[in-house]
Amino acid sequence: MLKFLIERKHEIATLGAEHLWLVGISVALAILIGVPAGIFLTRKPAWKNVVLGATGVIQTIPSLALFGLLLPLPWLGARADRLAIVALTLYALLPIVQNTYVGITGVDAPVREAATAMGLTRNQLLWKVELPLAANVIVAGIRVATVLTVGLATIAAAIGAGGLGEFIFRGVSMVDNQVIMAGAIPAALMAISADLLLALLQRSLTRARH
Amino acid sequence: MNAPLAIEFVNVHYRTAANRELLSDLNLTVTHGEILILLGPSGSGKTTTLKLVNRMLDPTEGQVRVEGRSTLEWDVVSLRRRIGYAIQEGGLFPHYTVFDNVALVPRLEKWEAARLRGRVAEVMKMVGMPGEEFAGRFPDELSGGQRQRVGLARALAADPPMLLMDEPFGALDPTTRAGLQREFKELQHRLQKTVIFVTHDVSEALLLASRIGVVEGGRLRGLYTREEFLMSGDSAVRPYLEAIKTIQASLAV
Repeated sequence: MLKFLIERKHEIATLGAEHLWLVGISVALAILIGVPAGIFLTRKPAWKNVVLGATGVIQTIPSLALFGLLLPLPWLGARADRLAIVALTLYALLPIVQNTYVGITGVDAPVREAATAMGLTRNQLLWKVELPLAANVIVAGIRVATVLTVGLATIAAAIGAGGLGEFIFRGVSMVDNQVIMAGAIPAALMAISADLLLALLQRSLTRARH
Repeated sequence: MNAPLAIEFVNVHYRTAANRELLSDLNLTVTHGEILILLGPSGSGKTTTLKLVNRMLDPTEGQVRVEGRSTLEWDVVSLRRRIGYAIQEGGLFPHYTVFDNVALVPRLEKWEAARLRGRVAEVMKMVGMPGEEFAGRFPDELSGGQRQRVGLARALAADPPMLLMDEPFGALDPTTRAGLQREFKELQHRLQKTVIFVTHDVSEALLLASRIGVVEGGRLRGLYTREEFLMSGDSAVRPYLEAIKTIQASLAV
């Protein structure tokens, strides 16, 4: 097994890099969209059910089906990696939007009240109080989203977007467990290391208060 | 020429969005340098009254004037920066050190560093929390009484002419509370801020008050000096006087 992995190390590295790229871009986009969306929901709670509902519904669509459904769309269907990134971003949104919302609304009411009464503007309240106090909950959401995306990105290979899923699909059709493992093991390691890194970040944010 | 009154309520009503009347026809003036106590049970409208002063709430009817101008005409941020605000448990920022909590408003006002440091040290000393010992601590490393002191220091930091205090000593044990009340009284004697102070504790009211406003069911039932309050036969005052008598009787035994 190990010998097989070493033999294929160049291909593993190439596909691993592709995989990392898919995950990195998707999670980055999900943060760029999801954090502001979560903040927006704390300002306009009337939208909460609509937005969280919609992101929740996306989660229930089987990933293979979502890739298939997006395929016929004009701009999207033109490139497989583009399509994969959009789908993965959609999946990563829910935990990020939800944790941003929960983190900010979880800030103690007296703290928020005192801040407002001392003349902090809405933006100052956000940057000086709400985001710092919610940071560790938001990072927890990003952590969940990242681990989820590393796993889901393997399925992107089904539409030709590349990544470590290539090995898995190839191994399945060849009925060769070694080939499957060549995709699965690096993907699992990637998920575990992303989780650990973000856990460290989360802990440093928690400790910053002490 | 008379200086405008510090704070005035003119025929003020406040109703919630659900049309519940929390405050009815309030008329009240607060003069410069006095401590006006609002005394009443919870839900009587005391806190609502406070929040109308710094525009945490806007009156449904009538006018609240601060330094002669309706609160609605004030820029809300500059209004709030002129009014210190201290609440129960302090409402301190848990992610800021004591120093950063106290320095908050002066920093927002862009004071330069040396003046800021000097002022923070000064107010911390004022409230009995010397900076050398406490500046670097976080709120969760302080006792309840210490948090309350920091909350007061933060309210005083930018030297606002007015203070709103909402049961600031309410969550403290009786001995700590008595100590802080005495210190606050001495401090106020020197600083001469205009203070509206909300409490449900009649002995606190009598200790600190220039005048006492008794609030009940969203109405101001009467306004008394300390002496008038003690001599009053009003039905709104009677329960408080009876409470005092009970305490005195228990001491006499």
